[in-house]
Amino acid sequence: MKRTFLKALAVAALGSALASAAYAADITGAGATFPYPVYAKWAEGYKAATGTGLNYQSIGSSGGVRQIRAKTVAFGATDAPVKGEDLDKDGMVQFPAIIGGTVPVLNLEGFKPGELRVTGPVLAEMFLGTISKWNDPKFAALNPGKTLPDQAITVVHRADGSGTTFNWTDYLSAVSKDWADKVGKGAAVKWPASTSVGGKGNEGVAANVSRIKGAIGYVEYAYVKRNKMNFMQLQNKAGKYVSPDDDAFAAAASGVDWFSVPGMGVSMVDAKGEKSWPVSTASFILMYKQPADKAQSAEVLKFFDWAFKSGKQMAADLDYVALPDSLTGEIRAKVWSQIGK
Amino acid sequence: MSVGMTTIDNNAHPPQPDAKANVSADMQAVARRQRWQDWLFHRGTQLFSLLVLAALVGIIVSLFVNAWPTLQKFGLKFLWTVEWDIVNEEFGAAIAIVGTVLSAGIALLLAVPLAFGIALFLTENCPAWLRRPLGTAIELLAAVPSIIYGMFGLFVFAPVFADYIQAPVQNVLGGMPLVGWMFGGAVNGMGILAAGIVLAFMILPYIAAVMRDVFEIVPPILRESAYGLGCTTWEVVRRVVLPYTQKGVIGGIMLGLGRALGETMAVTFVIGNANRMPTSLFSPGTSIASVLANEFGEAADLHLSTLFALGFLLFVITFVVLALAKIMVIRAERAKGT
Repeated sequence: MKRTFLKALAVAALGSALASAAYAADITGAGATFPYPVYAKWAEGYKAATGTGLNYQSIGSSGGVRQIRAKTVAFGATDAPVKGEDLDKDGMVQFPAIIGGTVPVLNLEGFKPGELRVTGPVLAEMFLGTISKWNDPKFAALNPGKTLPDQAITVVHRADGSGTTFNWTDYLSAVSKDWADKVGKGAAVKWPASTSVGGKGNEGVAANVSRIKGAIGYVEYAYVKRNKMNFMQLQNKAGKYVSPDDDAFAAAASGVDWFSVPGMGVSMVDAKGEKSWPVSTASFILMYKQPADKAQSAEVLKFFDWAFKSGKQMAADLDYVALPDSLTGEIRAKVWSQIGK
Repeated sequence: MSVGMTTIDNNAHPPQPDAKANVSADMQAVARRQRWQDWLFHRGTQLFSLLVLAALVGIIVSLFVNAWPTLQKFGLKFLWTVEWDIVNEEFGAAIAIVGTVLSAGIALLLAVPLAFGIALFLTENCPAWLRRPLGTAIELLAAVPSIIYGMFGLFVFAPVFADYIQAPVQNVLGGMPLVGWMFGGAVNGMGILAAGIVLAFMILPYIAAVMRDVFEIVPPILRESAYGLGCTTWEVVRRVVLPYTQKGVIGGIMLGLGRALGETMAVTFVIGNANRMPTSLFSPGTSIASVLANEFGEAADLHLSTLFALGFLLFVITFVVLALAKIMVIRAERAKGT
């Protein structure tokens, strides 16, 4: 066993050495796992179109920030936007590249996907553990005419640090003062509900929710669609109940004033607009204004330029939302212009 | 084994009295070359062993250096603080330590008697035709990657465990005084006990294989004499086999315990990954290794340093366990007077 392992290691080391020699001109990037599928898809398309490859390591958002600070990659990617002052300190710019959404999923027999409705504050109470049964009067009041079971709620959360958790807790903090005070937001938080269990990755949460009766959790939209999971409609800021889909994420994005915050680090949660999905999120790209390797940096911009123009369908196929043209135009004019060529 | 030594020096090949001088010179040349080879071999192997030592020291030092900010901030109370709040940067290791020790302890409790029984059966009672396939099966079980155990644990074992073990046990014992608290909490197939059971399956083949191997080295003459005196199988095992193989048996158990303490993937899948102090055997918890596996990707600053501190702690725990085992063996040998 050990010998085969060593052999595999040797082969892998040799392989990566060869690979790095052969594709020295590839664009390098690292960071967020949430947009990884779409970046990988874009990379494939871009390689076919231009011959230039992208080597993107989905090591997690904080890893992406670390790597770009260490200047080992041409761009970093993060789900939680870096603060404006930190960007200025490091001499970096930040722009959104793709939009997606996080969805509350549940396992409750006898209900169709989207049949049950919930508001932000009640959802926060469920995750806080102060609402511990599915037939709690507060939840029942939102779902008149539905017979809710006297079943305990089991909260399922991400065990690993993740941008999805950041997005989710960002939303809960926005709609519930209790949540903001007691828990806060982050890539991983201290889950207060006494029944909560953690699953590794979106697939781990999806698996646990599907398995545990009475479970509630949150996953990226793609997992809801692919696994046909039961989800809840969520009330948005306009007071309307919406179901998660591409249009609802796009609606949330359209209501955002991106340049109101330095570094475009606007939180898209609880966005205004009648059709907006309230837990929508953008994933960001980090680059240096004065990059050490200007040629690489220019290649990165070319890549995203191509992706913004030609990658929309690919994003839609993977249940992400591409940025609207008006926004990408502004990114080109106001952000990319700051990067030294 | 000492007769097998092959150190070569001049005395091993005394020159024949009637040999010619040039033959003697030839032999001296051979001896010189062999001495030189020996020296090279000796230094070479020494270097390899030192490499291991250097790696070990390197790991400890780098863990300690990276863990320093956490150790400095929280001090010794890091060990017993029950808190894991990443947002507010308040950390304590108690939850993870308890989860690690409990799950590994449960695993040992279940695996050791089973492994002992398996090894006994294989060496004492097993018909010859079954011995080889059974032995191979156990070795194969040891070669299964831990992620497979994790997946099996989550998708196959946990649902069955929840419906057919947790629920009935909770119904029967949950209301009892004194022991009831151990079986409280949500019944979802995950938690400390589930992790312990999956771990037990994982370490069982290791312990069983080692025990079988050491039981086999008991000289047949001892065993047969005991049987000849009219001992039962159990008496033979208790009075002859176990005392003779004590060191090996403890070694095998420690090997299993070491693996259980450090196991990552299988535990992560079934322990529930909740950073809370477990209140019952069914409640979800977390272990040091699974916290590390889960949180490294998105950790920064003090959180990252705390993960290094946890890694360092795991190192210390494993070291203490191994040292205790060594002491146990030495004590037992002394008591026997050998």
